[in-house]
Amino acid sequence: MTDPHNESLIHVDNLVTHYADKKILNGINLDVKKGEIMVIMGGSGSGKSTLLRYMLGLNKPTSGCIKLLGQDITKMSANELHQMKKEIGVSFQGGALFGSMTVSENIQLPLTEHANLDINTMKIMSQMKLEVVNMAGFEDLMPSQLSGGMIKRAALARAIILDPKLLFFDEPSAGLDPVVSAELDELILRLRDAMGMTIVVVTHELESAFKIADRITILDRGDILMCGSVDEVRNSDNHRIYNLLHRKPRRDVVDVDEYLQRLTGKSLDSVPEKSNIHNPDNSRY
Amino acid sequence: MKQQIEKIGRIATGAVEELGYGIMLFVESIYWLISGRFNKQPVSLALIFTQAMQIGVLATPIVVILCFSVGMMLAIQGLETLKPYGAQAQVVSGIAVSVTREFSALITGIIVAGRSGSAITARIGTMKESQEVDALQVIGINPVRYLAAPALLAMIIVMPVLTIFGDLMGMLGGGVYTLYELGMPLEIYMGRSFEAINVFDIMQGVYKSIIFAVLIVIVSVLNGFQVKGGAEGVGLATTRSVVMSISAIVIADMIFTFFLTRV
Repeated sequence: MTDPHNESLIHVDNLVTHYADKKILNGINLDVKKGEIMVIMGGSGSGKSTLLRYMLGLNKPTSGCIKLLGQDITKMSANELHQMKKEIGVSFQGGALFGSMTVSENIQLPLTEHANLDINTMKIMSQMKLEVVNMAGFEDLMPSQLSGGMIKRAALARAIILDPKLLFFDEPSAGLDPVVSAELDELILRLRDAMGMTIVVVTHELESAFKIADRITILDRGDILMCGSVDEVRNSDNHRIYNLLHRKPRRDVVDVDEYLQRLTGKSLDSVPEKSNIHNPDNSRY
Repeated sequence: MKQQIEKIGRIATGAVEELGYGIMLFVESIYWLISGRFNKQPVSLALIFTQAMQIGVLATPIVVILCFSVGMMLAIQGLETLKPYGAQAQVVSGIAVSVTREFSALITGIIVAGRSGSAITARIGTMKESQEVDALQVIGINPVRYLAAPALLAMIIVMPVLTIFGDLMGMLGGGVYTLYELGMPLEIYMGRSFEAINVFDIMQGVYKSIIFAVLIVIVSVLNGFQVKGGAEGVGLATTRSVVMSISAIVIADMIFTFFLTRV
């Protein structure tokens, strides 16, 4: 008998995608179990946002299959895909709230599309979801009147209005201060624990990833570099992963070098070469 | 030389591709308008009403001013031209026919392209850049159904109404100047104007306005969906949309007039 908690709700099999003539994803295989929080990480251009777009059915892949809740979305008709969207909630990087609608109208939009409810019921439901994300009382404001953190929380309320089985986040912490970012992490964990959602988070924030992830998938140039638990990733001896976890902004390195050069008056060529033990093939990480 | 030929080839391929995309947008919009309700994904009446208000009601003052001015301008030119022949009274039928067949639809089309077409492109472009179009798709709302179809139907309803309104304003503009210049009472001027035109003249303008409505919406939506490069991209697409719409309107007008005058 299959263990329901071991059941894969998201299954990506040998996914290959192209943009123009360039290969973006080189045969990605990924499984996300029921009730799991899977964090997808990687540097810029690694393909993590592309992978998310394909998992959401926003683009058709060159080859491979993407199964959500056991159904291959790459082979679905428009109507079948429309039905599947009821089971998916997405919180986009910038929130993607509709600027011409109030917060409440934004949250109710999936209900008007998928549920035949009267306006009062929809209002009550949207208020309940706003309470879940600590946004009660803001329903009549326009998105332009909200802060970055509030936009993300309102977008999250919209994403969970239909109680989806699958919830996707694209860079939830981007542009937020550490306090708001931590609140959002808590909210993601609470949603998984209270509502049993299966969650995929695309992020480049290490602290946030380690806090919320059950498993982490690391992408590099369209390939999966590693997929494992937080501890496995943390203790990995792969130099690329090490560099990803310990990298410093490039600007800092340049500043330090310039500073040293000015301080010592010596050319950098005369300074002993830095250890390259963690980066033998000069990976960009 | 080879590079130039390649460049021309690329431009031609791009133009054909864009034309195909435009036709597909039109067909898809019509599909949603007709079959949306049967698929339980209807085109929102509220959105159609909102679009009709923005395109039609809010554009009325400028249509009034410009069509009135065009009518007056035709009267000024007509009276001056006909003066040497002593046939100034004939200006009435000249204005009535040219306004109803030609100028009202053309002026209204240009105003709506500049005002509402650019707004459609800017709105869709901004939505695309802020991932609102993606958000629509993941909610399960087809962007063509939500953004293009309501605008298309609203425009097809509103443009003929604005054009007929423009007809009246154009004739009124001519009448006011004729009253001033010839002392012809306005009720007599309007009566003669209506005698000079028939249903075919009015319908010629109406048919044109429907064609212009389709062209404006498809060009605007097409440019909106193709926006790239943030705010600058939105600005560029909006400018391109207005230029393309007005060019398409004038060329379509010429083709349409050629065929209709041979009926």
